Amino acid sequence: MSSIKIEVDGRELEAQAGEMLICVTDRNDIYIPRFCYHDKLSVAANCRMCLVEVERAPKPLPACATPVMDGMKVYTRSELAIEAQKGTMEFLLINHPLDCPVCDQGGECPLQDQALGYGKDDSRFEEQKRSVPSNDIGPLIATEMTRCIHCTRCVRFGEEVAGVMEMGAPGRGENVKISTFLNRSIDSEVSGNIIDLCPVGALTSKPFRFSARSWELRNHNSISPHDCLGTNISIQTLRNEVERVLPVENSDINECWLADRDRFSYEAVNCERRLTHPMIREKGKWKEVDWETALAFAAGGLTTVIESGSAADVGGLAASTCTLEEFYLLQKLMRGLGSCNVDHRLQQSDFRDDAVAPSFPGSEAAIADYSNFASVMLVGSNIRKEQPLLSLRIREGWAAGKTQISAINPVQYDLNFELTNCELAAGPNLVSRFASLARAIASETSKSLPEGISKLADASNLDAAARQMLEAADNGALILGAASQQHADASLIKAIAHWIGDATGNRIAVLAPANSAAGWIANCLPGSEGKNVTQMLSEGLRAFILLGTEPELDSIDGKSALTAMENAEFVVQISSFTSESVNAYADVLLPMAAFAEAAGTFINCEGRDQTSKVAVSPKGEARPAWKILRVMGNFLDLNGFEHITLDDVMEEISASVNLGSISASSRLKDWKIGNRTPSEKGLFRIADMPMYRGDVTLRHASALQATADNPAPCALINPKTIESLSVKDGDNVIVKNGSGSAALTLKVDSAIAPDCVHISAGFPETIRLGGHVMVTLEKA
Amino acid sequence: MGIDIRQLYKTFSLKELRKGLGVTGRQLFKKKTTIMYPEEKTPKSPRFRGLHALRRYPNGEERCIACKLCEAVCPALAITIDSEEREDGTRRTTRYDIDLFKCIYCGFCEEACPVDSIVLTDIHEFHMEENSERHIDKIRLLELGDKHEAEIAAARTQDSPYR
Repeated sequence: MSSIKIEVDGRELEAQAGEMLICVTDRNDIYIPRFCYHDKLSVAANCRMCLVEVERAPKPLPACATPVMDGMKVYTRSELAIEAQKGTMEFLLINHPLDCPVCDQGGECPLQDQALGYGKDDSRFEEQKRSVPSNDIGPLIATEMTRCIHCTRCVRFGEEVAGVMEMGAPGRGENVKISTFLNRSIDSEVSGNIIDLCPVGALTSKPFRFSARSWELRNHNSISPHDCLGTNISIQTLRNEVERVLPVENSDINECWLADRDRFSYEAVNCERRLTHPMIREKGKWKEVDWETALAFAAGGLTTVIESGSAADVGGLAASTCTLEEFYLLQKLMRGLGSCNVDHRLQQSDFRDDAVAPSFPGSEAAIADYSNFASVMLVGSNIRKEQPLLSLRIREGWAAGKTQISAINPVQYDLNFELTNCELAAGPNLVSRFASLARAIASETSKSLPEGISKLADASNLDAAARQMLEAADNGALILGAASQQHADASLIKAIAHWIGDATGNRIAVLAPANSAAGWIANCLPGSEGKNVTQMLSEGLRAFILLGTEPELDSIDGKSALTAMENAEFVVQISSFTSESVNAYADVLLPMAAFAEAAGTFINCEGRDQTSKVAVSPKGEARPAWKILRVMGNFLDLNGFEHITLDDVMEEISASVNLGSISASSRLKDWKIGNRTPSEKGLFRIADMPMYRGDVTLRHASALQATADNPAPCALINPKTIESLSVKDGDNVIVKNGSGSAALTLKVDSAIAPDCVHISAGFPETIRLGGHVMVTLEKA
Repeated sequence: MGIDIRQLYKTFSLKELRKGLGVTGRQLFKKKTTIMYPEEKTPKSPRFRGLHALRRYPNGEERCIACKLCEAVCPALAITIDSEEREDGTRRTTRYDIDLFKCIYCGFCEEACPVDSIVLTDIHEFHMEENSERHIDKIRLLELGDKHEAEIAAARTQDSPYR
């Protein structure tokens, strides 16, 4: 593109030929009013608010849809331009209700602001105003469609960015209405963004509805803990209560978007099930006590266990949403006690490659690169639900025709882009199919395939996918999602990925849940001496310290977790919430500060460290987890627990880790292919974690729990597989695995891989089934 | 320079004193402006700004819609409002507190109110015995509004031609 010069209001400006006028003026801080234009969306030019005068043009032209030309002279504040803008405003206000005092957008409304500048103080319109019925479009977004000015930003966001046609504008002229098709609800995982996009109060946040005004809220910049991107958010508070969460623009990470998971999880902070007082169990009854008593009780219980056995009888488990400092102090406490049994990888079951693993699971490519790849290969990844904003990036590249995407997935997930090649394989087949991909790559490049990999491969032909990856070379990505990492043979998958990465030049991304990277960097891992999470849970330990986790729901194998907890003599639960199952097995409950109540460091999949600050003070007696662990260290007479501030903890961590210069590499050191885990007979259970069940905060966010992404658990099965069984679609079935069982409704779904049954994890009803295991079905 | 004869005359003839006593004498026989408060009271302007009240519509529905404009405009930060969606879907306050010690009775809240809900009545005789009584809440404000609706409405009608 060539650089040209234009003149705006007498100022000479540089511009690129073909660029829209509004881009040039925005870059140079020249104000042009607008409603429908948004720099991340296509140009619609339907609000007509950005009309400006252009020399030698017979009429005012919309700045958002006028390409600049060399020597063009533009007047944004001339009489003609202002007259045109005022005329547009008068038309917009014809049908817009004057209900600003009850409208949640009041105070942050572009229409309100611009009406002040361009509106008249009275209306010449005497006819009846239009009124539009508002439908319920789900638990997250409140609608008031009479206020709509038809800018179509929400429609364009759905079509272009989110990849779902949920909103549309049926009707013409006076009768045009923005609505969902067939009055359906909006179920997109990034739907909350249309609240931010809507320039009027037609779409507002339902959980936030009427609770505060924009001008009285305080902003606290923070980091969302729910995925591995480290999304930048602004937590808005009023009188020490979290009222809402909005995105903070960061072009390297989240652009200006926010996933619903990050936007609405704050509801958990204000929920009624918060743990607000330290509690101890005395003779089987729960009793509220002060901190000193509770900590002394916890220290006493742990000491008794250690004295009557050994320190190795104690294990520590942390949720993946904890901060770097919390991970660090937990492992320091455990190692101080003399036990290396500490882990945060509750969503993983294969740890055979721990010794050769890189410093943390991450993405070798920067997040911003994902919209420019020529090839993306998904292996066991429902990326749309696991990392919604990364999925938007990939979709951006796909929609622009740059990216070809293929997948080897256990389920034909409903992704927001189309797959060029899709292989449906779950359980043991997933490894075989992935090995076949490696074989295809080997034959295309005539490289020699390690024997371990060729032994795993099956007969399937993945040449097309292999060519796609090879053509892209280092402009391609290989993504290992949740299903790969949870896999019983995850170490094999990672080793194959490593070989493929080397052979193709593709960049590997292991997208681990939440803040897992920080858990690795803080060494919240058992190392070679300790027991990993699977060993701790399946073999059981006499005592556990749980940090922000309900292992029966967070862990991939809920059955072993629950048994281990029930059989443990002493369980210290450090959590923000109470739950019946935890109350049944824990001995001490220590209330920790929830999301937004504590500061801490998050490390995203690129290795970028970001710090969140305190937005509100903790509820009741709750304290930040790092303080609880620090004082617990004192009660246990351990050395090195003298930190006064969080900075002291950070300083100690910085001594061993150079934060700020961590680069993510997913390559294994000195790897070799292990053996396949032997599998039993039966149907393979695909135990996906639904996106709003993944951590304890999400499980307490009421609006998210009411969304379509959180259906009640049921058993989904491929129509071909069901033919060979004695059950039929809609039957109530008993799913059995050894001693565990669950009563569920059976539904046919052709998206599920054959010989599998899909039963979501993370629900109390399915805990007893165990993780990705073989199950049998019986008619109830 | 020298002695000012005119000044000497004024001094010794007590002219100023007699002039002053003349004013006193005339006032002595005029109608008295002093009133016997509290038995007697002076008339008040319909714009008098006294104790606050929250008004209702004739059908009994509270006027306040929790827009929080009064809270925002209050220069003394005397108003505290919490709001939520009521069962019928309307926007309502769950808390409307005014700190009468902070309030400077400027009347901005009344000016800002889009629904004529918060008003300053002409009640200026009120007192507190405890520090805690300085906050008046929504229930009390609505009671005041109900009790004095007739006077409040009359004062607004009287003033309306000038607004």
